[in-house]
Amino acid sequence: MQLVTKHFGEVEYDENSTLTFPHGLPGFPEATHFLLMPDSSPNDLFYWLQCIDDGALAFALIDVYQIMPDYNPLVEPEEIKELGNLADAQLEIYNVAVIPEEIKQMRVNLKAPIVINTLTRKGMQVIVSNDEYSVRHYIFAEWEKTKNNG
Amino acid sequence: MLALTRKKSESIMIGDHVEVIVLGIQGEQVKLGIIAPKNVPIHRKEIYEQIQIENQEASAHINMVAIKEFKKPRSE
Repeated sequence: MQLVTKHFGEVEYDENSTLTFPHGLPGFPEATHFLLMPDSSPNDLFYWLQCIDDGALAFALIDVYQIMPDYNPLVEPEEIKELGNLADAQLEIYNVAVIPEEIKQMRVNLKAPIVINTLTRKGMQVIVSNDEYSVRHYIFAEWEKTKNNG
Repeated sequence: MLALTRKKSESIMIGDHVEVIVLGIQGEQVKLGIIAPKNVPIHRKEIYEQIQIENQEASAHINMVAIKEFKKPRSE
């Protein structure tokens, strides 16, 4: 299959590799089919969530565990049961990032991670109950720290 | 919009499964208790709106060049 995108040009993809978000994302209820693409390497810090329904729509995602290994989002199992049987689900978690030109202002949404079950290939953005996580978490300083240590 | 007047400890039902109870009133603040099945997500409207706005901001800021610069090994 082929998709014309705004940011990545023409993208070739396998129909079996698409993700379905039954409710879209908050603010984008019509966007229900996506491709998840690592920015460059397979275990990248950055991923792109490219909408298939609208080639102009994409989100930058961060694998936040690489920066915050203690990130521990809490969610009721009932809230994500639409993703499929959780007993044998393979869940992946990503966080939506805003990446402005001034990279130091980069921020991630820790309060509402994207949860994907890679077995059913369904995903959703959930609001976690942790009070300590904000919608706008400025992560540049923490990222620099891990980069310097690594 | 339906407007109902309730006193402390009175409640309303929304459908068969969701109950909203007025737990207390103090000045301008109302404390509500919500009894709902666990698969019904309940959030303050503000937080949901913040997430909508943040998603819109995220989709408007796709700076691939910034990421590339960001990833470059340090030259020191």
